[in-house]
Amino acid sequence: MLRFILRRLLQAIPTLLGVLTLTWFLFFGTASAESIARRNLSSKDPTPAQVQGWIKEHGYDQPPAVQLRKATVDMLMFKFGKSDATKEDIWTRIRQGAGPSIVVSSTIFIGTVFGAILVAVLAAAFRGTYIDKTTTIVCVLLMSVVYTVYVIGGQYFLSKQLRYGPIWGFDPASGLFKYILVPSAIGFAAGIATEIRLYRTFLLDEISQDYVRTARAKGVSETRILAQHVLKNALIPIITNTVAVIPGLILGGLLLENFFGIPGLGSYLFEALGSNDFSVVRAMVFLGTLLYIFGLIMTDIAYAIVDPRVRID
Amino acid sequence: MEKLLQVDDLRTWFRTSRGIVKAVDGVSFDVAPGKTRAIVGESGCGKSITALSILQLVPEPAGYIESGKIHFGGEDILERSWTDMRGLRGREIAMIFQEPMTSLNPTRTIGWQLSEAMTVHGKDAPAARARALELLERVGLRDPNAALRQYPHELSGGMRQRVMIAIALANRPKLLIADEPTTALDVTVQAQIMSLIKELQDELGMAMLLITHDLGIVSEVAHDVSVMYAGQVVEAAPTRDLFHDPRHPYTQGLFASLPARNRRGKDLMTLDGIVPDAANWPTGCRFAERCAHRLDACSAPPALHGSGTHRQVRCHLPSAMEVTK
Amino acid sequence: MSPTLLHLLYNLSPLALIGVAVVIFLRARQTPLWGEAFRRLARNPSARVAMAVIGIYATIGIADSVGWYDATTQERRTVIDAIFERKPERTYSAPLAEMTTGEAKPQKIREKHILGTDSIGADVFYRTLKGVRTAFQIGGMTVLIVTPLALLLGLTAGYYGKWRDDVITYIYTVLSSVPGILLQIAMVLVLGKGIIQICLALGITRWVGLCRMVRGETIKHREREYVRSAKALGVTDMVILVRHILPNLLPVVIISTTLGFSNLVLSEAILSYLGVGVPDNVGSWGNMIDAARDELARDPVIWWNLTAATGAITGLALSLNLFGDALRDAVDPRLRS
Repeated sequence: MLRFILRRLLQAIPTLLGVLTLTWFLFFGTASAESIARRNLSSKDPTPAQVQGWIKEHGYDQPPAVQLRKATVDMLMFKFGKSDATKEDIWTRIRQGAGPSIVVSSTIFIGTVFGAILVAVLAAAFRGTYIDKTTTIVCVLLMSVVYTVYVIGGQYFLSKQLRYGPIWGFDPASGLFKYILVPSAIGFAAGIATEIRLYRTFLLDEISQDYVRTARAKGVSETRILAQHVLKNALIPIITNTVAVIPGLILGGLLLENFFGIPGLGSYLFEALGSNDFSVVRAMVFLGTLLYIFGLIMTDIAYAIVDPRVRID
Repeated sequence: MEKLLQVDDLRTWFRTSRGIVKAVDGVSFDVAPGKTRAIVGESGCGKSITALSILQLVPEPAGYIESGKIHFGGEDILERSWTDMRGLRGREIAMIFQEPMTSLNPTRTIGWQLSEAMTVHGKDAPAARARALELLERVGLRDPNAALRQYPHELSGGMRQRVMIAIALANRPKLLIADEPTTALDVTVQAQIMSLIKELQDELGMAMLLITHDLGIVSEVAHDVSVMYAGQVVEAAPTRDLFHDPRHPYTQGLFASLPARNRRGKDLMTLDGIVPDAANWPTGCRFAERCAHRLDACSAPPALHGSGTHRQVRCHLPSAMEVTK
Repeated sequence: MSPTLLHLLYNLSPLALIGVAVVIFLRARQTPLWGEAFRRLARNPSARVAMAVIGIYATIGIADSVGWYDATTQERRTVIDAIFERKPERTYSAPLAEMTTGEAKPQKIREKHILGTDSIGADVFYRTLKGVRTAFQIGGMTVLIVTPLALLLGLTAGYYGKWRDDVITYIYTVLSSVPGILLQIAMVLVLGKGIIQICLALGITRWVGLCRMVRGETIKHREREYVRSAKALGVTDMVILVRHILPNLLPVVIISTTLGFSNLVLSEAILSYLGVGVPDNVGSWGNMIDAARDELARDPVIWWNLTAATGAITGLALSLNLFGDALRDAVDPRLRS
């Protein structure tokens, strides 16, 4: 098992190097230092001297070799430098923001995956009936609404009208639950439909397999077939797919944290977008990728545990 | 003699986008206790659907049993609800399928799946476990103790089919339905599996319904044969009679397409044409299109002549009808 | 060239687009696969409703693409502008209201607005209509980036294998390891706001899924008898790829494109909300939702701006989703028995 994990970690290195090259090219190759400076100074209608000063101050005049090091080695060492806009140390802000973000997104993640499995199993159990058909229609409808509408509408109805939680703010000392309830519920509603539909397909694919017919011929009940045979097999594609939830969680963090005043990484990135803060965005792209690759590795490990056909050594 | 299984005028149809496919369209046959009835025919003739219909395992929601009666031990089991059928499945009537590669659950151990066959019918877990070991030994797995903890992918096709046989026989059923049990296996393994089934059948005194297209197997194990074509039985007879003197042109064609010692050096016969579309059966004789002895009468559907115990033929030809007298 | 003539020439592009679509549809109907699929679609009531709705949106989008040069404003005016543009009010007014809201002294408005007006007094119904063309532009242009790229790379990787496969697989492994939304916002941030930039960002992050699928299918077909025999007969790779393998991939590509289209429409709204989307002067549902961010917190609640944009975008996305699902059911070979 250890060797399997190690091998998987080693495989991630070329991918990570590729990502670093990509971000380096994007941030230092496509936009000129001057345009970055102008964008950051735009509100002040800068003179050429101001522009040059800004470039020098933020290190965009350094030779390519130094920039390459900043975009690769420093990133890998988590040395993100200072913010272009506020000059704060990026790593400090990331450390502060990680906690709230992890709390909110893991709540959404767990809720979405388990909720979706539950609904999908029900839909599969009642396949072909109106329960199944209604689920499918509701899912398509939910998938057709923009995330931002969930955020704005959800806050209006759940927080303002029904008062399930505060509209703004985050103070774990006075009760974590009430602060994350509404944002999590919104993230859950926005993300679950896609997963339900996917899991339902996985389950139905399994139900049409030959081994289910064998189980029926043995006299096993439909409930037991679903719980003991189908679900265990469907978990393999479901687990493989959970990593696909991560981008949705990042988007959720970006939209929800800012709108509900949760001081997480999403809020930080949202601020950075508003102030054209390239260095922060660069750091967040790297962190997000790291998270995603980590998720992929975890998925592979989980996959190897669930599927007896995968040889781990 | 009292029949163990009696199927009367069974019709199993499928709703599809092309209309209703009458896969099984008025099939009757019976199986006597301890005896073997073979159903032979080309793929697509409805023989597997007939087998699945007995256990009410026709793929839903497209497939359904339109009409007919299936008596098992004197009871019309089509009257049973889906839930009530469960008590019969695996306990009184067991089934072996064609594809040993996919018929076992890939994520459960052999021991788990074998024990389950018994625990769902009320046996307690330790007893089921002990019997599982016994069964694996009986069906000839090399290391039954290890096999209990193995997963299906760790076994060969032949070994998996042995496991399927163990599962089917776990509760000592009265009737075994074997749906092409050896088709997917290597030729060398086929004979071993078939003789194992035969051996266990004699040991347990089971009746067997054998679905196959392999006439060689039929001649070795079956007491009676029903030949199916296009969703219907076209000829039924005791094995010996049928092999000795096939009457229906389709049955004759089947035998003629086999290599045989007494026709050495001659060309093998082939049946021209293809089976008609199941969504749109011809109104007359369904074999007429491919038949060499076609008569004018063949544009009307022929009845199945003859008595159930002896020979039955569904044909307008005088030579075929003769036998029924 | 005079601006008048130039602007009239612009009208050729939507007309050409319609022409191409009609020709493709008529030719596809001749083939057994698509002919059968279209017949099934025509029988499916939800597909018919969805197609009708998409048709209405497309008509609006085309009407907003056909226009002329207006000498007085020195700007292009489209059919939609001419019919639906209203003179601005001072500020918010509710649908069909007679007075403005949201200012200390409500003013009488000039004319009734079926969906009210927004903060700067613009007609909400008109702004909603203006979002249609943008949505189609973004969806369409991104598809034009995604599909050829995915087909080219997917076919190459799948058919030739070896080093080409390794390189292409590596490229898309790297691209797909960056969560899409992060790469999109980073790209638009660096490249600047704009429709082209959005399409580029969405295109770069979205070809991977389709490419993977095309590669997998190509590998399957490469091993099939008909390809092997064509090869043995000396048919060139190009001909095998274009004449034999590509037609087999089309159903998969078209279905995933239809379903992806609705996703692109939704993505535009999210990017615009994040401030890395469509410029403010272009009609966009995302910008309308962005503007509506604080409107529900006002008293009285300004609900019409958000509702109009949400309705428009959900209507289009839902129709596309339903149509895509129906198309998949109509073409899916597994259901053809």
